[in-house]
Amino acid sequence: MGVEQKLGNLGMVTSRLEEAVNWSRTRAMWPMLFGLACCAIEMMSAQAAEYDMSRFGMELMRPSPRQSDLMIVAGRVSRKMAPVLRRLYDQMPDPKWVIAMGDCASCGGVFNNYAIVQGVDEVVPVDVYVAGCPPRPEALIHGILTLHDKVRGEKIKDWA
Amino acid sequence: MDVVDQAVEALRAQMRDAIPAVESFRGETTVVVRREAIGQACRILRDDPSLSFNLLAALTAVDYWPEEPRFAVVYELYSIGHQAFLRLRAPLSGSGAEIPSIESIFPNANWHEREVFDMFGITFTGNSDLRRILMPFDWVGHPLRKDYPLGYEEVQFSFNHEEIDRRKPYARE
Amino acid sequence: MTQKPFEVTLDELKHLVSERALEGETMLLNMGPQHPSTHGVLRLLLELDGERVVNCIPDIGFLHTGIEKNMEAKTYTQALVMTDRTDYLNTVGNNLVYCLAVEKLVDLDVPLRAQSIRVILTELQRIASHLVWLATHALDLAAMSVFLYCFRERELILDILEICSGQRMMTSYIRPGGLWRDVPAEFEPAVRQFLRVFPSRIDQYERLLTKNPLFVDRTRGIAVVSGEDAIRWGLTGPSLRGSGPDFDLRKANPYCGYEQYDFDVPLGAHGDVYDRYVVRMEEMRQSLRIVQQALDRLPSGPFRSDNRKFVPPPRSELAQSMEALIHHFKLWTEGFPAPKGAVYVAAESPRGELGCYLEGDGGPRPYRVHFRTPSFAHLQALPILAKGHLVADLVAIIGSLDIVLGDADR
Repeated sequence: MGVEQKLGNLGMVTSRLEEAVNWSRTRAMWPMLFGLACCAIEMMSAQAAEYDMSRFGMELMRPSPRQSDLMIVAGRVSRKMAPVLRRLYDQMPDPKWVIAMGDCASCGGVFNNYAIVQGVDEVVPVDVYVAGCPPRPEALIHGILTLHDKVRGEKIKDWA
Repeated sequence: MDVVDQAVEALRAQMRDAIPAVESFRGETTVVVRREAIGQACRILRDDPSLSFNLLAALTAVDYWPEEPRFAVVYELYSIGHQAFLRLRAPLSGSGAEIPSIESIFPNANWHEREVFDMFGITFTGNSDLRRILMPFDWVGHPLRKDYPLGYEEVQFSFNHEEIDRRKPYARE
Repeated sequence: MTQKPFEVTLDELKHLVSERALEGETMLLNMGPQHPSTHGVLRLLLELDGERVVNCIPDIGFLHTGIEKNMEAKTYTQALVMTDRTDYLNTVGNNLVYCLAVEKLVDLDVPLRAQSIRVILTELQRIASHLVWLATHALDLAAMSVFLYCFRERELILDILEICSGQRMMTSYIRPGGLWRDVPAEFEPAVRQFLRVFPSRIDQYERLLTKNPLFVDRTRGIAVVSGEDAIRWGLTGPSLRGSGPDFDLRKANPYCGYEQYDFDVPLGAHGDVYDRYVVRMEEMRQSLRIVQQALDRLPSGPFRSDNRKFVPPPRSELAQSMEALIHHFKLWTEGFPAPKGAVYVAAESPRGELGCYLEGDGGPRPYRVHFRTPSFAHLQALPILAKGHLVADLVAIIGSLDIVLGDADR
């Protein structure tokens, strides 16, 4: 269109507000440090130099829930830990997303017994499930990119 | 004579009635001790300079329900100087499962006894801090007993997918 | 009273805190289960006088998985899979201890090639665990580049484990009777490449930390433990050796052929955080020596015992032999029976003494499995070590004890 070409030469881009907001949300999604067990070590490996997560804007792992957008539940959640998990989820401000990393967070994993919550979606609503025991760092990054696709399809009124 | 045989001799000499049996299996020696005498046995093994079993390596229990005696508390002692393991085993009956604590002899028995209390319900008289350690504070029941269920949840396959979906508690916000 | 299960009132802790807390002079602070420096879900209830720790009460159980009870419901081979997940930084070592216990219980012998490969993988796992220890310990003390360097080296070791077993962390490669399969051809060049590359990397970490005045200031003289106190409180492994006593299960009660390898056991003099750091760094070099010797002398031969009552036959035999088919069927459906009796096997994990108490009852499932884990025993000593130090020192102390909460809670 004529107007956009003129504006493009002046260094301006037009877009819909929703696309712009969703794009910026995916580009700097700060994960909360919620590594519980073995999957936490693979999450740390994904953070480290070889499978760098900071190329997705996620090198800042905030231990405080008030300053983070994404909770990666990495590891098995025991019945003693479940209220703590819910409390931390409630403390995160909107918009917030949850990735259930690993088999134990998705469905209870190897441990089908009295002590482990069978799937963290009994406690918090989950957006993306990443399978594996533990999932490779590349699998976690694939899960994060899937989440980015999901976020780009969201509407602003979901979080309004 | 190696240090394990010396230890068994010393225990037998000083505590004759309180040692019902000594078993040997796969090269390991287990001394069965009556529960009241466990403190005395540990003291002899630790303080005798020729024995010096100074490290409490492990403290655990086994549940033999429905046989009697129901429980057996197992103590694994190690001598750093002589590099030898020795096991003590104290049978307990199911009703009134109490045994004196050995925290005054081996301070690191504290948490091990708390774990046995948490998992089996065995009371250690004299332990300074007998509370639950691994399970939540208000949990009912002792999980490692044989009459406590595993808590196995039905696995969701494709044929029962909707049925389990209906009764599984999901958190929706 | 609708009290949430993880909230603790002062009445319940009266016997553990000093009287000054009851009068309100000191502050009770919760260093919660989710914290960047607690190396997992450890909850510490601190009684603070300003910045000084008067009392420190650990509250564990947030990662309790019921592994011991769950293993009673599975056969011996199925239960092996769960042992990886207790101490998730020493997965090969956990498999090893459990397999040694099962082999002792059923009196099964392991061929020499399998023993040598077990030693190589266990020592590589020890190095990997110490790398994670160093990465997180240094990260807590604000040396972030060490974290990135250590994880870069760890990737080399995880590649070697992936060559053998297909999995980076939870390998389940060590099975009762030997190994799951023989090491492929790429294994030896990969290990030799690692042995060539790694010593200079350890020098890099030492250049960054050992004489660094910031690091030394934060670690020297903190949490000094004497040798006898350490033994009284059940410390083992590098946490004990940093205080002086020479106790290494690989030398004292050797298993898997460790007596034939020539290596030193580093000891510390003062028993503070810095000495434990030095001991672990030196242990990494000694592990390299063991791997070198084991790899040079690697014997050829079978990789698994051929006692078909306990070890499944290779699939190539199934088409040809009726007994092989029957053994395969019986082992995979029912499992092998173990005699009535109890064994206790202890091995040296990177953290300390890892013991497995295994009791069989004549059936195919373990009757009772108990893991004596070093992290559980060491956490008990934390209140003693932390008394009188600052909160920032507490972080260094937890790092020096090298605690893994999966190990402590099982």
